[in-house]
Amino acid sequence: MHLAYPAVLAALLFCVGLYGVLARRNAVLMLMSVELMLNAVNLNLVAFDVWLRDTLHAGQALTLFTITIAAAEIGLGLAIVLMVFRTQGTADIDRLRELSEPPADGLPPGPTGAEAGPDDSDTASPASPASPASLTGSAQGKAGAV
Amino acid sequence: MTAALAASLSSQGHSFLSPTGVEIVFVLVGLAVLGAAVLTVSTSQLVHAALWLVVALGGLAIEYLLLTAEFIAWVQVLIYLGSVVVLVLFGLMLTRAPIGRSPDADSGNRWVALGLAVVAAGTLVTLVVDAFRCTWMDLPASGSTSVNGSTQANGEVLFRYWVLPFEALSVLLLAALVGAIVLSRRHREEG
Repeated sequence: MHLAYPAVLAALLFCVGLYGVLARRNAVLMLMSVELMLNAVNLNLVAFDVWLRDTLHAGQALTLFTITIAAAEIGLGLAIVLMVFRTQGTADIDRLRELSEPPADGLPPGPTGAEAGPDDSDTASPASPASPASLTGSAQGKAGAV
Repeated sequence: MTAALAASLSSQGHSFLSPTGVEIVFVLVGLAVLGAAVLTVSTSQLVHAALWLVVALGGLAIEYLLLTAEFIAWVQVLIYLGSVVVLVLFGLMLTRAPIGRSPDADSGNRWVALGLAVVAAGTLVTLVVDAFRCTWMDLPASGSTSVNGSTQANGEVLFRYWVLPFEALSVLLLAALVGAIVLSRRHREEG
């Protein structure tokens, strides 16, 4: 068999997983995309093991290890997602921004402000200059209350 | 020059122009896997995404079988289709994912993500095709006794040369189990 077939399939699968990780909003769907990326790596390992005819079977042994680590990863990831869902009430990654840096007062908006700008306008809040300040105030008030 | 290249390739018994049956099946299953993967990351019904993930992972098990890695294929079926997808479905249900269409399944930066993925795919595919243009794998015959992906070969290698990573991995699984239990406990003392 030509080696390019499994290699190209693995590369395309990895990029599909990359798109999923970056574009999905639900945390569980993001974990599914991570599984796709791990599977692409597994396919590469198996194909190169068959090609090189390694006497130690390093590719297939490492594939077994990767599958095990992926199982552990999805278990821990789902536990974290469930805990976040219980405490925050949502599993949307775009709304979990309590740890984001507040824009500095008195300074012109730097790169962090430019980074946070489109996302704030994305979450259906009016893109007025006062909204980041009010969000920061509410976040600080919440943190003080806790 | 292409004729000479083709002649030299066909003298070794390999050619692009006469794909073997295994290659044809591999490409067809690979297309199915890619389609299922694209639907997994693009459908707006969350439960359907998990079910398309089943199709993609099952197709990958078939690809492992075609690559004569049969033990890996059955491990894939057992662990991925058996437990990981069930875990994902449990996660979707416990986070109260909507059953029907959810219009906000995709984030706002999906076009940036699409551009990045297309650029990465173009780079990787160009690189891989250029690197492995003239590389062929010799798959062992189906009737041969020493298939290099069989359970016997894998077990011998795994418990002879890879024992230490294997045991370290068991400790890691135990740690992950304990961590998942600790994280998902409902009542904590300090609230």
